[in-house]
Amino acid sequence: MEAAIEVRDLVVKRGKRRVLHGLNCSIPSGSVTGLLGPSGSGKTTLMRAIVGVQLVESGSVTVLGEPAGSRRNRGRIGYLTQDPSVYPDLTVRENARYFASLYDGVTAADADAVIANVGLADQATQLVGTLSGGQHARASLACALVSRPPVLILDEPTVGQDPVLREDLWNQFRATAAAGTTVVVSSHVMDEASRCDRLLLIREGELVADDSPEAILAMTGAKDLEASFLHIIRSRESVR
Amino acid sequence: MSPRILANTTSRILRQLRHDHRTIGLMVVVPIVLLTILYFMFEDAPGVFDRIGLIMLGVFPFVIMFLITSIAMLRERTTGTLERLLTTPMHKADLLFAYGIAFGIAAAVQAAVAASVAYFLYDLDTQGTKGLVILIAIANAVLGVALGLFSSAFARTEFQAVQFMPIVVLPQILLCGLFVPREQMAGWLQAISDVLPMTYAVEALQEVGANAEATDTLWRDLGIVAGCVVVALALAAATLRRRSP
Repeated sequence: MEAAIEVRDLVVKRGKRRVLHGLNCSIPSGSVTGLLGPSGSGKTTLMRAIVGVQLVESGSVTVLGEPAGSRRNRGRIGYLTQDPSVYPDLTVRENARYFASLYDGVTAADADAVIANVGLADQATQLVGTLSGGQHARASLACALVSRPPVLILDEPTVGQDPVLREDLWNQFRATAAAGTTVVVSSHVMDEASRCDRLLLIREGELVADDSPEAILAMTGAKDLEASFLHIIRSRESVR
Repeated sequence: MSPRILANTTSRILRQLRHDHRTIGLMVVVPIVLLTILYFMFEDAPGVFDRIGLIMLGVFPFVIMFLITSIAMLRERTTGTLERLLTTPMHKADLLFAYGIAFGIAAAVQAAVAASVAYFLYDLDTQGTKGLVILIAIANAVLGVALGLFSSAFARTEFQAVQFMPIVVLPQILLCGLFVPREQMAGWLQAISDVLPMTYAVEALQEVGANAEATDTLWRDLGIVAGCVVVALALAAATLRRRSP
């Protein structure tokens, strides 16, 4: 499978601290890749580098054959930040329609459709600032999905959502990937890992595993992914 | 730049303003209240309201738009919407000009109401036309927007953002010739006054007060204010970085 995203020797410093230490990975197109790791491990920093808003120390990030953040790539990538980034003083519909209007050929009807897809049809005319936390996050997700970009970078899109909705959102991610979209989803919940085609486990700014969930399970012989990751981390630490 | 993105962003900013009824109310009512106070302060001093009231019609939009824009832009930064916008096809200039146009429109409404009250209720007397006064007020408002966009880059919190008002706005009001005529100022104060854009906006208003026709000085002063707007917007664009640490 062709790689949609290529990360080579990526080093990122935030302040004086090195957050990513020469990270390498390639993310295949038309798949759901899970970015897993504890809080502070560098997941968000890697995602920001892929989107092209992170100042990098050295190394390269290539998205769809162009440097991350290039003018052309800005029309081809959808980014959901970890904290919802929508306008609280606009309604759900006004937010979605505004973000839709920034892309060529994306219509108000597309905006209304994506609002329904994230389960906010009944709240479409409500101000985002008056929504619950989970709804607020979904309003933000709608604005990332609205342009139906070929690359979706979603930072913890399902946190705080109810189980039924989470299931529904994951089915949508899987469906968009099946249609050719490259989806990168970060999470710190291990039970979501099994829904991904491929997993990248990051710990302290280094990639400690990069494989399919099945392969990781087989390699470690553990009963679930949580145990597999523990196994991988412990065996790395014993090598040190 | 993209005309479509610029237009959509302008209407998005106006829509945000429209949802905030109290801010709209304050924007319209506060200048009227202040003009009323001024009028009655100088009720028995002939000609003083004509001088100070006129200048105030230019000062209000500058101060208010500076504050509103600083906070609005700071919100874009702190809520992450700015970072998100910078991942879309939007050009930096689209965003900055959209703020200038949107708040310029709001300022036009504010200036029209304030000027109408000053002229019809309080008999403000100027040789030149009310239309020119409103035009200068709008230019001043856009100057406030541009300086607000720029200075918001140096603030991380709302507390810091409002502190820029005494730094950026007050010296301009003190030195623009409102309190002491510029010719009577110490040389070094006059030199500072010479490089502050508000000085020229106030001079332009004084020209409208004293002359029936628009003078060359007036157009030169408006040109200087417009030039300062462009410089402030360019500086603001330079502080907007797509990539951040």
